[in-house]
Amino acid sequence: MDNESKTYDAIVIGSGISGGWAAKELCEKGLKTLVLERGRNVEHIKDYPTAMMNPWDFKHHGRLTKEYVDKNPLITKCYAVDESTTQFFIEDADHPYVQEKPFDWIRGYQVGGKSLTWGRACQRWSDYEFKAPHKYGYGLEWPIGYDDVAPWYSHVEKFVGVCGNKDGIEAMPDGEFLPPFDLNCVEQYMKENIAENYPDRHMVHARWAHLTEPNEIHLEQGRGKCQARNLCTRGCPYGGYFSSNSSTLPWAEKTGNLTIRPFSVVHSILYDDKTGKASGVKIIDTNTKEEIVYNARIIFLNASTLNSNLILLNSKSERFPNGLGNDNGLMGKYICFHIYRAHAGGIIAGFKDKYVYGRNPTDAILANYRNLKEQDTDYVGGFTTFLGAYRKRVDKLENSDVQIGANYKHAISEAGDWRVYMYMQGETIPKATNRVYLSPDQTDQWGIPLIVTDVGYDENDDKMVADFLEQSTEMLQKMGCTEIGSSDNHQAPGLDIHEMGGVRMGKDPENSLLNEWNQLHLCKNVFVTDGACMTSTGNQSPSVLYMALTARAATYAAEEFRKGKL
Amino acid sequence: MNRRKALKLTAGVVGGTIIGSEIFLTGCVNKEKNTGLFSKVDIDLLDEVGETILPKTDRSPGAKEAKIGEFMKVIVLDCYSPKEQEVFKNGLTELKRKAFMGQSPEERFNYLAQLDKETRNLNLEDSLHFFPMLKQLTLWGYFTSEPGATKALRYNPIPGEYIGCVPYKAGDRAWATR
Repeated sequence: MDNESKTYDAIVIGSGISGGWAAKELCEKGLKTLVLERGRNVEHIKDYPTAMMNPWDFKHHGRLTKEYVDKNPLITKCYAVDESTTQFFIEDADHPYVQEKPFDWIRGYQVGGKSLTWGRACQRWSDYEFKAPHKYGYGLEWPIGYDDVAPWYSHVEKFVGVCGNKDGIEAMPDGEFLPPFDLNCVEQYMKENIAENYPDRHMVHARWAHLTEPNEIHLEQGRGKCQARNLCTRGCPYGGYFSSNSSTLPWAEKTGNLTIRPFSVVHSILYDDKTGKASGVKIIDTNTKEEIVYNARIIFLNASTLNSNLILLNSKSERFPNGLGNDNGLMGKYICFHIYRAHAGGIIAGFKDKYVYGRNPTDAILANYRNLKEQDTDYVGGFTTFLGAYRKRVDKLENSDVQIGANYKHAISEAGDWRVYMYMQGETIPKATNRVYLSPDQTDQWGIPLIVTDVGYDENDDKMVADFLEQSTEMLQKMGCTEIGSSDNHQAPGLDIHEMGGVRMGKDPENSLLNEWNQLHLCKNVFVTDGACMTSTGNQSPSVLYMALTARAATYAAEEFRKGKL
Repeated sequence: MNRRKALKLTAGVVGGTIIGSEIFLTGCVNKEKNTGLFSKVDIDLLDEVGETILPKTDRSPGAKEAKIGEFMKVIVLDCYSPKEQEVFKNGLTELKRKAFMGQSPEERFNYLAQLDKETRNLNLEDSLHFFPMLKQLTLWGYFTSEPGATKALRYNPIPGEYIGCVPYKAGDRAWATR
């Protein structure tokens, strides 16, 4: 590493879904860009060892061993972790943190980060979501609105490839869509049944980052059509879904302006008193433990929500003793997330002459129908419902007391009842009391302070969960479902993997950390465009907004750089 | 990238998979202290239990062809808790005491059908019993095995597209994966 350059035009901290976008935009605009990644390299296709394996190729047919689960009680709570995907998640012991209240922090430390294993839902925020927190008094006013982001949503959607249908729903604006995945016959029935019973509730096709019909721009990325295998979290050798690895990073690399440095955990961003700007980044090589400083005129922080908070809080200088840009002391506060606690489902009779071909990697969406244009419940905020139907295998031999043997085997080899399911993604209130901070005395194996999580649910969350359960059960009843079940699993925050905030955007440096271009108010050449920047959570899946905000900020940063202002 | 090119790329991946998967699976090696739990005789016995639950028929192979005894051994050793292993082991002893291997196919069937009836509605969290374990392992192992997934069920590793509504008639095999 002795001959490597130590000075770049821009440094991007993190190579996940937003870091990849920062790298792409900055490199395309001619900036020599260094991407720092704390984990190992993961090369598209080559480093997806399980992608083409059959269920029987796995020693435990997909199941995790007891030893692995016992060693990793945290990460194995994540729905996406099984025998085929552990290579894309951390192991608990390697990366400790302190939970003042239970918080399941799910991490994937490698090039591409969690973009390899993300959920892939890509709904746009509506302007109602940007406005509601301030309007109804449960949050700070965003410095931007839907109109500021809309062209950047388009910019991102075209490149990512988002399937969906233009439904004209106010709660969820339309985007640049590839053809949607089909609704199956039961989902079609659900859609019609909900529309009949609830004129203001709209069940629509998934809006998901899958190439149902690739355009030229996707083929140029070397990506092909989604093969409907539904094995996405192993990495897709077809490039059927979007990840940094399949898309933005190789694209950035083609410009010749990109350098990726894996095994580089960031210690802090360095501040130069003379210029009033950040001068560079101090990293620790995770293998050699060597400290290295890289310099750049622009720094993009995309380390994932909590790690971006951690890095800024740990970026202490004489000018900023409490963390870079943290004069108001609000950094690390107003951590918020999405409520995923509740789900409901049931059996629906009939449709026995219908089946599906292929495996749908998406869920249909019931757009938010709560507190949209006015406050109409006893809690604030809204929720999106993901839902769908699938056909199970038969689970018993009808009209028989004997449930083993030849007839039993034949019976359970056939398709059985259709099952309907719904689960929620609900908005939470950003609060100063939900916060993260640096441990005063504990550090990780590289001497970097551990982060402490002090984040919990509140009464508003409980009311929303109760409403979701009540409404979902009622919808299932009206569909004619039987064996309806529902539950609030009370999972800890974090397991939603939608943690946001701590370095929120706002108009006023007194009560926010970032301006309308995601620049630190007090250190303008540092941009934070991952989940840490979020002023509120909305109820849509956040990744595509992070991507849009990143592309917008990076374009602005490159222009300012060219003008010599950064 | 058209589909054919993608498939070619895939072939490369498959080549790399075998090595990668072996590396990947090294975390799952059996703890040596436990391997004494299963002898060749035990595996043969478990194969016959599995075959009685899901026998070979004119339509599809039986559980023995899926090497169900070997599969049960792997899962019990690697994924079961010591308490569950104990219950499973006692079950093996019980089957031997009943001289299961010496029984005729009819006797085996009647014995296991009766055991199944007695244990079908047990709440496994409160009352562990070896037969629901055997049945679960047989069903899961068989339908995710190559013979079970591809012959008893339909398996398509690369569907190529998703079609939301296709006809189905009684007797059609279910898809092996969702």
